[in-house]
Amino acid sequence: MKHLLSIGDLSVADIQRLMELTDHMAEVNQRPIPKVPALRGKTVVNLFFEDSTRTRTSFDTAAKRLSADTMNFAVASSSVNKGESLRDTIETIAAMGADAFVVRHKSSGAALQITNWTSAAVVNAGDGWHQHPTQALLDCYTIRVGLGRRDGFDGLRIAIVGDIKHSRVARSDVQAFTALGAQVTLVAPPTLLPPSLDGWPVDVSHDLDSVIGDLDVLYLLRVQRERMDEALLPSMREYSTMYGLTPRRAAALSPHTLVMHPGPMNRGVEMAVDPADLPGSMILHQVSNGVAVRMAVLFHLLGSGSDLRGEA
Amino acid sequence: MSSQTPARPREVLSADDVRRALTRIAHEIAERNHGTEALVVVGLQRGGVWIAHELAGNLAAIGNAEVPVGLLDVSFHRDDVGIRPIVPGSVTDIPVNLDGHAVVLVDDVLFTGRTVRAALEALNDYGRPRSVQLAVIVDRGHRELPIRPDYVGKNLPTSRDEDVQVTADGVTIA
Repeated sequence: MKHLLSIGDLSVADIQRLMELTDHMAEVNQRPIPKVPALRGKTVVNLFFEDSTRTRTSFDTAAKRLSADTMNFAVASSSVNKGESLRDTIETIAAMGADAFVVRHKSSGAALQITNWTSAAVVNAGDGWHQHPTQALLDCYTIRVGLGRRDGFDGLRIAIVGDIKHSRVARSDVQAFTALGAQVTLVAPPTLLPPSLDGWPVDVSHDLDSVIGDLDVLYLLRVQRERMDEALLPSMREYSTMYGLTPRRAAALSPHTLVMHPGPMNRGVEMAVDPADLPGSMILHQVSNGVAVRMAVLFHLLGSGSDLRGEA
Repeated sequence: MSSQTPARPREVLSADDVRRALTRIAHEIAERNHGTEALVVVGLQRGGVWIAHELAGNLAAIGNAEVPVGLLDVSFHRDDVGIRPIVPGSVTDIPVNLDGHAVVLVDDVLFTGRTVRAALEALNDYGRPRSVQLAVIVDRGHRELPIRPDYVGKNLPTSRDEDVQVTADGVTIA
């Protein structure tokens, strides 16, 4: 494996192997000194054309815990045009000596495009509505640990609730969860579903209350305010009433149900209860697992010395 | 060191020999440390793990007190990261803070010494032991670093390309 661009590029065995490597990284993060020299001398460049403090910080922390050097470039999307100037940016930074680019970009396919311009490894940290593979991997790892499912997600019932249409998290999660054997239900108003769900191995519901009592994982997506301006939602309040996790719905969850959110969450909208009051809330675990998963990904791309598909 | 199973392995130590060596090494450890107090036995993943458990069992019998066992994976501390793949399923587990303890590192075969160097560095992450000692079943020579064992089951002259296998059933060379 040279790059990590999309969950669709990974086999089930690849995902499982990354999960096992993440176990090692989680142990490193528990140590009194949570830092190992594994990627000493490697340089990881965080290139964020879209603002994302948490994802950038997570990758930055992951690289530093493996003793890689990091460079951070936050490029305002308005100042960079696609095509030649993106290419110039990549080639310029690559000339400084980069072993990996971690790329966030508003255009779907940007990370793939960049692989044509550099010999460094490229990690997609979110491209448009397309993919956010490390988010899906950290979500899988959180479920694997939270529900004790080391061997896969066969029979798990997972609902992903919210703005599916514009969500790279939903696209990546659906691929990863179903690849591992889970049954995924998308819950959203029709305006926030993609126009076609052909090829998505999922069920669809417009009624959260009809599915909420029968879930192993409730995954809430962030609702973005601009969706109201686009008239896809009447109001945040109505969204919360229809699709938010309200106290009444929280009471309907099974005791073992995990509640997840990719962050940053809108309190009072999709998260209409205090997550501190939810025993199954995994939200902070997702954040700490995110560092471990990104360590595993960086180590695999830069340090493991073996193809992901190869024999250990 | 493990690689391919050789065509005709020659037995160097029998199962009884290995068991007796482990008994002797346990007594040597107790003698050198004036008992078994504040000892921690740390097995290197993966070949040293079963040996660490055996030694800790012997030490517990000698000292009439439990001796903690830790497991150490040195993959992220090796100087050949990027050359050797790391083996999943061998996660580090150090059950006690090592400050002030005498740590006995345990491995099956001592060869170049590079694994032990990585282990010494990895141990730093878990505290500052009073001392670190090294116990191995077989010292096969060919050191590339200034490292020597404190307790040895058998010194075994080998050529570099020979394969030495250590299990509870004995030691073979091929």
